[in-house]
Amino acid sequence: MKSQLIIALFMGLLLTACGGNEDIPGTEGKKPESMLGPKTESEKMISEGRGIGEVKSVTLATPLEQDRVKRGKDIYDMKCSACHALTDQRVVGPGWAGITKTRKPEWIMNMVTNVETMLERDPEAQKLLELCLTRMPNQNVSIGDARDVLEYMRANDGEQ
Amino acid sequence: MKNLSLVLLVATIAIIGCKPKSGVSVATGDAATKVYVAPGTYDEFYNVVSGGFSGQMAIYGIPSGRLFREIPVFSADPETGWGYTEETKGMLMTSHGFVPWDDLHHPALSTTNGVHDGRWAFGNANNTPRIARIDMKTFKTAEIIELPNSSGNHSSPFITENTEYTVAGTRFSSPPDYQGSNPDVSINSYKENFKGYISFVSVEKESGMMDVAFQLQIPPLNTDLARAGKGPSHDWFFFSCYNSEQAFTLLEVNASQKDKDFILAVNWKKAEEYAKAGKGSKKNVKYAHNYYDESKHTTISEIKNEVLVLDPKELKDVLYLIPCPKSPHGCDVDPTGQYIVGSGKLAALIPVFSFDKIQKAIDAKDFEAEYDGIPVLKYESVLHGEVQKPGLGPLHTEFDDKGNAYTSFFVSSEIVKWNVQSLQVLDRVPTYYSIGHLCVPGGPTAKPWGKYVIAYNKITKDRYLPTGPELTQSAQLYSIDGDKMELLLDFPTTGEPHYAEAIPAELVKGNSVKIFKIEENNHPYAAKGEKEAKVIREGNKVHVVMSSIRSHFVPDNIEGVKIGDEVYFHVTNLEQDWDVPHGFAVKGADNAEMLIMPGETATIKWVPNRVGVFPFYCTDFCSALHQEMQGYIRVSPAGSSVPLTYSTGKVTKEAAK
Repeated sequence: MKSQLIIALFMGLLLTACGGNEDIPGTEGKKPESMLGPKTESEKMISEGRGIGEVKSVTLATPLEQDRVKRGKDIYDMKCSACHALTDQRVVGPGWAGITKTRKPEWIMNMVTNVETMLERDPEAQKLLELCLTRMPNQNVSIGDARDVLEYMRANDGEQ
Repeated sequence: MKNLSLVLLVATIAIIGCKPKSGVSVATGDAATKVYVAPGTYDEFYNVVSGGFSGQMAIYGIPSGRLFREIPVFSADPETGWGYTEETKGMLMTSHGFVPWDDLHHPALSTTNGVHDGRWAFGNANNTPRIARIDMKTFKTAEIIELPNSSGNHSSPFITENTEYTVAGTRFSSPPDYQGSNPDVSINSYKENFKGYISFVSVEKESGMMDVAFQLQIPPLNTDLARAGKGPSHDWFFFSCYNSEQAFTLLEVNASQKDKDFILAVNWKKAEEYAKAGKGSKKNVKYAHNYYDESKHTTISEIKNEVLVLDPKELKDVLYLIPCPKSPHGCDVDPTGQYIVGSGKLAALIPVFSFDKIQKAIDAKDFEAEYDGIPVLKYESVLHGEVQKPGLGPLHTEFDDKGNAYTSFFVSSEIVKWNVQSLQVLDRVPTYYSIGHLCVPGGPTAKPWGKYVIAYNKITKDRYLPTGPELTQSAQLYSIDGDKMELLLDFPTTGEPHYAEAIPAELVKGNSVKIFKIEENNHPYAAKGEKEAKVIREGNKVHVVMSSIRSHFVPDNIEGVKIGDEVYFHVTNLEQDWDVPHGFAVKGADNAEMLIMPGETATIKWVPNRVGVFPFYCTDFCSALHQEMQGYIRVSPAGSSVPLTYSTGKVTKEAAK
């Protein structure tokens, strides 16, 4: 019994030690593949500024889809406006003005729908966390709803 | 650290080794590894444990014995706001008014075809008779129904095989309710004026909503515990009772005179038919029915005024009495539904009754007597057999998946394992000390999960570090995998644990609600987004419609409240992420703080009694800037001309200078 317990304790220590590594920047690549999906694809997405998540590509239409813009505004009012202004002013999170000019649509939608992984893996998201120091919450926004929010952001940036 | 652990381990082993053998439990072999649930891994069972005088229900993990949560049920809880917020006050309303406490003895987990289905846990209020239904998706109390014509709701809330009914039997008989209360009569008129009642409370199949379907009026016995039949005995319910002497003073002596009291065999299916055929009489009574509307995050509380009462004396074939020695307490039905175990608190044997024999005796009208107009079956005719010399003071019996029974013995402080068919005692283990109830996972169902038996003890004495006159209550976990029961673990419990059930985690954990969807929040004062936050004055009532999100409130500066106003803080948590509740507390609040789950709205009433500026803040650590999550409300004298204003993040030019 004693030896089993010691082993259990020792293993506990080992596990703790492994867990600790996850928080050290630059070691993310050592995590098991199963946790992160195929390395090459996600790394490619990140390097192309598309972020990481289920949204691989987004097709934007011109002119704007007005029903999307309206739904996106309602979602903004309910779930986003507490932290994001429509100007470039930072409140809790960054202001939205100009976001569709500086970020790819895939990055925006992945940030909205997959925020935990984005903050863990995406260097651009991590820079924003260092700036704002409040982790963006998961607001349980579906991919469809995130697409509507994106359309509202485009309208906010003056697209027609 | 490793070295320290080793030293601790060795020291622990040394200490256990030093203890004298008599009267001291020794956890032997690999007990520690059997209860070790490694950090970050899950327990195998949820243990749903009654809180007794705490009025609440607690959730533990088995085999670790770790406490996860105490669910507020019958007792107000200022930590969460249960019973204090405007939304939850109604849950504790009764015909006696607001009753913010009770004594919860027995959980009953819902079953389908006699097997745990993981949907609801029911709990009884012993004092002001009520049954609560807890939703196992949210682990919140969803409904509480009061019972008319009732006192001492002890033989409750046991359920039928498909959760068709949950029952309530009166431990204290009393005069029947008349115009909202029981009437003013002499206690000496007990035999003439007092009655017992057994209530059948229907449970709606999909929603779980409860309704007092009908009551049986019975002689003034003290019904104590109950179990539904299953399988062949599906249509029947069995209740133990004491005080067949009908004593009303010094029951300790006067209710212990007869050699035998009764187990009541109720044909509920027949009673249900009679009720549907209108064979009862409708009585004017008064009782509360409260349920929580999850979409509005608000209680609906109503008073009902009618109940259907059936008289078994007139109906003849719904109630039979089985003689049972001696002041029976536990009344437990084995997984096959064939055997009913009576546990006489003062008996030196355990009688086991046969359902087949009961049916034959009823068919043959093999009665030995009538008791207050109710037929009494012959003991010998319905007996399967007796467990001889099992121990002293049998209380309760649970069953495993191998045909064995486990009976708790209060007086001799032990669990005794015996075989239901052969009635042979197979094993016994001491408990520390004076066991009351016991629990085998799935033990009362048609499909016991087995593995463990858990003892809920009445006395802990020297088992834990002393904490003054009041000591922790405790449970003990034993393995029943082998032929011999093996003590694995002591663990402390909240309140006083009476009955408990354990259910495989797999049947519950996947259904856990993580958030309430903000889109589906229909609370009349919800702020679904900061845009909807506002302050409204209606006479002397000020409604603050407030939102909270990491890490600010909107509004967080409020002025224009005056002495004489009643302020209602309606706080909506805008978060949509698991495990991010916000708290709300305001200085001088004489009721409670509140915790608001993601997507939920909750309201606390605040009546300022002095002029000044009062801070409010979030009480649940939510983010790195949790300390900044605060605001101010200004209270001016009555008649002041300070206008009602509110804002967040606005600073006047004057202030900015």
